[in-house]
Amino acid sequence: MSDTRPDGCALVTGGSRGIGAAVALTLAEDGWPVAVNCRTDREGAEGIVAKIEAMGGVAMVAVADVVDAQAVEQMFDDVERWRGPVLVVVNNAGVRADAIVPEITDAAWSSVIDTNLLGPFRIMRRAVMPMVRARFGRIINIASVVGERANAGQANYAASKAGLMALSRTTAVEVARRGVTVNAVAPGYVQTELTSDVDPAMSRAIPARRPGTPNEIAACVRFLASSEASYITGTTLVVDGGLTA
Amino acid sequence: MTQTQQTQEKLERLVFDTLESFGAEPAEISREAGLKELDIDSLDMVELGQIIEEEYGVRLTGADFKETRTVGEAIDVIAARVL
Repeated sequence: MSDTRPDGCALVTGGSRGIGAAVALTLAEDGWPVAVNCRTDREGAEGIVAKIEAMGGVAMVAVADVVDAQAVEQMFDDVERWRGPVLVVVNNAGVRADAIVPEITDAAWSSVIDTNLLGPFRIMRRAVMPMVRARFGRIINIASVVGERANAGQANYAASKAGLMALSRTTAVEVARRGVTVNAVAPGYVQTELTSDVDPAMSRAIPARRPGTPNEIAACVRFLASSEASYITGTTLVVDGGLTA
Repeated sequence: MTQTQQTQEKLERLVFDTLESFGAEPAEISREAGLKELDIDSLDMVELGQIIEEEYGVRLTGADFKETRTVGEAIDVIAARVL
C-alpha cells in the first residue's frame, strides 16, 4: 500500500458475483475497505464480504439499484459514514438484453442504457467531488470490446459501453490535474453468469483459445486502482485474449 | 476598520488561499487577475463553491460563476450571497 493514498474506501457495483466479486476481493487484498454493491443478490454480496473478512479485510454490503438515483445517493451516504470518502469506484454492474436492431424494444434499449450508462454516470457525478477534494481518486468503468467493435445482436449493449468509454475519457480530462484518474477496462469474452448463454465455440475466435476469467479482469482493475497507475487516465484497457488485436 | 470590511477581507483571504491551493501562483493572485490566466478552471470553481458552503453555509454552484472572469468578480459573486 502506498503512503500517498488517503483514507477512504472503494465501491464496486455489481460486486456480488462474476467480475465485480473478483474486483472486490482484489481491492480488499490491497487494503481498501470495500463496499460490495448489489441490486438483489444480497446473499452473494454477503458471501463476498465474508470472504474479505476471512482474509482480514474490511467490507460491507451496499444494496442499491444503480438506476435508482435516490438509492445511489443513500448508498453513498451510508458508505461515507462507514469509511469516509469513496476514493475508488468500479462501475461494474451491467446487464444485457440482446437482439438485432429491428427487434430491440424500447424497454430492452432503456434497461441496458440505464443500467450500463446512466447508472455509472450518476455514480461518477456523486463520487467525483470528494475525490477531487481528497486529491486522489480512481474511477474504473467496466466497458466491453463490443463498445469498439461490432457484435451483431448487441447494439444496445454496444452503445451503452461505447458511451461509458466516452464518459470515462471526458471525465478523465476534467479531473486529471487533481490526482483523480478515470479509465475503462474493456473485457472480451469472460466466463461469468452474464455470458453463460454464449456458445463455448466462441473460444475458437479468440487467439488465446479460451475465455477470460474474472480474476484476469480484476488484476487489471487492481492495477488501475493503485497509486502506481497515477499517470494512466482517459484510456481503455482492452483485456480480450487478443480477440480485437 | 468596520465589521463589514473585516468580513470582506476574510472572504478575500479565503478565496486567495483557496486559489493558491488550486495551484495558482501566489504572486499573481489579485482581484484584477483573470481566472483563466491563473489556470483556474470550472471544476476549481465548483470546488471553491463547496469550500464557501462549508465556511458560510451558502450553496454556490459552478453556474453561479459562469460569467465570472476575474478573481474580484468571483469574490463579488460570493460576497453578494454570503455577506
